[in-house]
Amino acid sequence: MVGQRGWQYRAVVLLFIAPSLVPLLLFTVGPMVAAAGLSTVRWNLLRPPEFVGLDNYVRLAADANFRDAVLHTVAYVSGYLPLVMVGGMLIALALNQRLRGLAIFRTAYFLPVVTSWVVVALMWRWLLDPGAGLVNYLLGLVGVDGPGWYNDPAWAMPSVIIASAWKDLGFVMVILLAGLQSIPEEYYEAASVDGAGRWTRFRHITLPLLTPSLFFVLVISLINNLQVFDQVWVMTKGGPAGATTVVVEQIVTNAFSYGQMGYAASMSLLFFVVLLLITLVQFRLQRRWVTYG
Amino acid sequence: MAELADVSMATRARTRRPWSRIVGRAVVHVVLSAGGLAMIFPFLWMLSTSFQSAGALLVPPPQLIPSPIELGNYAEIASAFPLWRFLVNSLGVAAVATVLQVTTSAMAAYAFARLRFRGRDALFLLYIATLMVPLQVTILPLFVEMRFLGLVDSYPALVLPSIASAFGTFLLRQAFLGLPRDLEEAAFMDGAGHVTVFRRIVLPLALPAVATLAVFSFVASWNSFLWPLIIVNSPDLMTLPVGLSNLQGRYATAWNLLMAGSTVAVIPILVVYIVGQKYVIRGVTLSGLKG
Repeated sequence: MVGQRGWQYRAVVLLFIAPSLVPLLLFTVGPMVAAAGLSTVRWNLLRPPEFVGLDNYVRLAADANFRDAVLHTVAYVSGYLPLVMVGGMLIALALNQRLRGLAIFRTAYFLPVVTSWVVVALMWRWLLDPGAGLVNYLLGLVGVDGPGWYNDPAWAMPSVIIASAWKDLGFVMVILLAGLQSIPEEYYEAASVDGAGRWTRFRHITLPLLTPSLFFVLVISLINNLQVFDQVWVMTKGGPAGATTVVVEQIVTNAFSYGQMGYAASMSLLFFVVLLLITLVQFRLQRRWVTYG
Repeated sequence: MAELADVSMATRARTRRPWSRIVGRAVVHVVLSAGGLAMIFPFLWMLSTSFQSAGALLVPPPQLIPSPIELGNYAEIASAFPLWRFLVNSLGVAAVATVLQVTTSAMAAYAFARLRFRGRDALFLLYIATLMVPLQVTILPLFVEMRFLGLVDSYPALVLPSIASAFGTFLLRQAFLGLPRDLEEAAFMDGAGHVTVFRRIVLPLALPAVATLAVFSFVASWNSFLWPLIIVNSPDLMTLPVGLSNLQGRYATAWNLLMAGSTVAVIPILVVYIVGQKYVIRGVTLSGLKG
């Protein structure tokens, strides 16, 4: 082995680590720490920042727009999560039956996952166009008068949810399918011998052994989707009449449209803490329903 | 003997009701095909719309096959907006970010997997910790930093934040740890240094993991929206997603033009996806990050 002491060895270590460590400190760790400082100033980027202590956080507590954005974000996630979890699970179960053409199906279902959100949002704006869109045309064929979708405050959030669920179904499916395929075939054979029917096998073998994958995809989906932004920005810009404002959109709007950098930073930090807490609670609760082994 | 009996009983249990099985499979196939169509169809609709004339779009019923086929949409959108420039910007930024991320991650991963130095484990923990920090927290100070450096609205600002990847370092470290060490030790015996061992032995052996990271980095960079949206203002510097969202502001309902732009934005990623599908799926599912 090459000697592990001396300046030469240290130079080698530095050579390997520095190219990623320096950018990581400058562009991730540094800004992370700076965010705390930024949240204690009032600053519109033009005049010098003014220290205001915890005022931004006090203001946040009474901000009706922010409260609405939080409620909309929760509404979005409550509509989105059941759709992708149940939908992804059903597709994964269907694909797990050693079907012919599995690869083709997986390719199709995963395609929207790798497509840019801007493209997906534009596609769905066109499909859901209240006047000339295909969806309302098809609804008209069966005698249903289609809604105004993203132009109607009551239907704007459902529109965003539909597009999001469509995009992410394949993501949930791929993870659950991998989980399903790792369940040993012998378990099912043994259960069949014992006379277990389809439902019993699903309830007592598939479901418990799938819980680690379900847990993983639930934690990831929740973190990602509480930060919903791209699709909202392109599909509705928070409208109509503020019906689809969400937390990250409020952070961006406050910082770059209203010139309130400090205030926006306090939002982002508070939100980060909430995300951490939610994740922590999920890890705590996993003992109650996730089976390992 | 007991095992044999078990297997034959299991087989019998499974083949007991052939007809209901066949029907069941057919139903599953039909439902899956309908679902698959629902995934593919919006892409076909986008492509079809991009060849429609503006007038034809407003006359019901909607047509999947445009007649006449309007080829001018692409030229029209490219003349009104620097669409090709967006495309080149996106390709350039994604390529540079991918090369940088793979290189820096692989080097750091080698250090974490193979070198011994004080504070190594603590440093690795710091890398992992940054994985939990969402972009929306760092993005405001990052903007201030770029402003301080005079880099707002510049190519470097688009790329700098994605030079290093904690996820990539983690992924490759795992891969390197799984490699057998015999070859490396033989190389050291022959007098090779760490740089040679890294380039000639470790990297080639870990090629699947490197490819996974490369494809993942490319897709993530290609699709990234929030950071380029904030940091770049001039059309000449915009990436495709940002450019497209701007197009939308101008042509709110000129769907044939917007879908032409969207088609241009989809094609490169479609090629990457079809060529490197295995790596794309692995990368996206491992990281939990989505496009």
